[in-house]
Amino acid sequence: MVENIDLSLVDWSRGQFALTAMFHWIFVPLTLGLGYIVAIMETIYVKTGNPEWKRITKFWMNLFGINFAIGVATGIILEFQFGTNWSNYSWFVGDIFGAPLAIEGIMAFFMESTFIAVMFFGWDKVSRKFHLTSSWLTAIGANLSALWILVANAWMQNPVGMRFNPETARNEMENFWEVLFSPTAVNKFLHTTTSGFVLASIFVVGISAWFLLHKRDQMFAKKSIVVGSIFGLIATFMVIFTGDGAAKDIAKHQPMKLASMEGLYQGETGAPLMIYGFFSGSDEERLKEPKEDNFAFNIPVPGMLSFLANGDFDSYVPGIRDMLYGNDEHNILSFEERIKRGHVAQQTLKEFKDAEKNGNTTKYNSLKAKFNDKEWLNTYMKYFGYGTYYDPDPQKLKANVLELVPPVTIAFHSFHIMVGLGTLFVLVFLLLLFYTMKNKIEDTRWLLWVALWSIPLAYLAQQTGWLVAEVGRQPWVIQDMMNTRMAVSQIGTGAVQTTFWLFAITFVGLAIAEVKIMLTQIKKGPKEGGQ
Amino acid sequence: MVKRVIRFYVDGFRSMASWSRTLWIIILLKLFILFFIFKLIFFKDTLNTKYDTDRERSEHVIEQITK
Repeated sequence: MVENIDLSLVDWSRGQFALTAMFHWIFVPLTLGLGYIVAIMETIYVKTGNPEWKRITKFWMNLFGINFAIGVATGIILEFQFGTNWSNYSWFVGDIFGAPLAIEGIMAFFMESTFIAVMFFGWDKVSRKFHLTSSWLTAIGANLSALWILVANAWMQNPVGMRFNPETARNEMENFWEVLFSPTAVNKFLHTTTSGFVLASIFVVGISAWFLLHKRDQMFAKKSIVVGSIFGLIATFMVIFTGDGAAKDIAKHQPMKLASMEGLYQGETGAPLMIYGFFSGSDEERLKEPKEDNFAFNIPVPGMLSFLANGDFDSYVPGIRDMLYGNDEHNILSFEERIKRGHVAQQTLKEFKDAEKNGNTTKYNSLKAKFNDKEWLNTYMKYFGYGTYYDPDPQKLKANVLELVPPVTIAFHSFHIMVGLGTLFVLVFLLLLFYTMKNKIEDTRWLLWVALWSIPLAYLAQQTGWLVAEVGRQPWVIQDMMNTRMAVSQIGTGAVQTTFWLFAITFVGLAIAEVKIMLTQIKKGPKEGGQ
Repeated sequence: MVKRVIRFYVDGFRSMASWSRTLWIIILLKLFILFFIFKLIFFKDTLNTKYDTDRERSEHVIEQITK
């Protein structure tokens, strides 16, 4: 039960994983987007034969190379952590996580290492068209690498295409295509990669703005701004479109995450979407002391959350309390009932293993049959992870229910910061294009400063997006099946603390190297950097 | 063909700018830290180290996830 678990170990293990993932995610989105921007610039060069575009391509390609080199392999640490810190989880997910990650490793190695070499070493050694093909394949390869890890992550948010084997305690893949093409995976891949395109576009227009502010390489900067803004605008609309798909998917499979993202405590028909808001009281207070209005300040848009979730302004969106305590009218099972059912599933698995150990064939066969019975799987096994919160004492059980609510304040602010910044970037791209076309961009210094300062904001949008996805689904590692407490390895907290700080030092060192080398290359400008 | 590919890489590395060499040093140093320090010293596979058979591993995991 819950009290048997060392929370400090869970928290440090989570902190270590979050640190690694968030650091890794500083590099990845720029690689995903800048690869395409470079390929587009090189395409213009090949089409026009204008050497100015070769110079532009080479400058941005060098920055792509720096980011790629510093960031490459930082994600490997996450895989180390699976085996060491999250061994129960690694075992439980079986081949579902292993297969996509193995494909990613092979694809990343062969596609990226081959074509990146041609990109950087191949100028004047291979034909223009072959070089251009290599640049495009590098960009596509980087994005395909991201596909596999995002498919694995999507499976954790919405586990499909698998079957639980009670004999091995592992999930086995039954349908690879269902895992690959689940709406959660498709939305996650498209939303995440296109958000990387937006970040890369902001990076390009921001640095170009710096050149214009310093009255240097103005033609280079203007051309880069045009490519960056058009690519950024297209990407932002793709982010909005896929974000809408992701919201509908979350409403279906992770309604608690959606309610937390919007701070919706009580379900509503025609539920409002908050433009922004500030809660009154802490997460704990709002859960324990229900109020009419949980916001100290908010700007609601009536019916918009219902539309976002279900495509219908008048539809019902369940709130946090509806899920915690159930809602018969809308056929929502309470978390208390889910905990009881999860407990039954866990006990059945335990009894099954005991029967196997004791050689009780009759009991073994009858319990094994349950794991193949669709009705039993849907009634009990579906809620397997909830069983961890079971307590025979009804009062303690009621209290444990509250632990199934994610940190609402973090989810809410992360979501709204991400959406707000995405909207700001649309404006930045539109204004940059407008003033560049009017040939007044170098005189519009306020906009150039906004573009430059949008670079850190784009990174903030990326990190908050990741927070929405990962904090919003707490406490689940695999939705409804396994929570963080079940997933963690029983190793010493001290060992996790040591590696946490070692990672922090390594990551800070790498980040300093990245910024320093990049700034040096940017200051040299396209002439020197492009040679 | 193989010779041409090898020559392509050798020439590429030889003609690299000094900042590119710095990047390669960082990459190699990073890979050393990741695979020889972190992986070998700190990140042993918990289940493979503690248990010899898959049966023992599954029993351990079941005990952990149903307690």
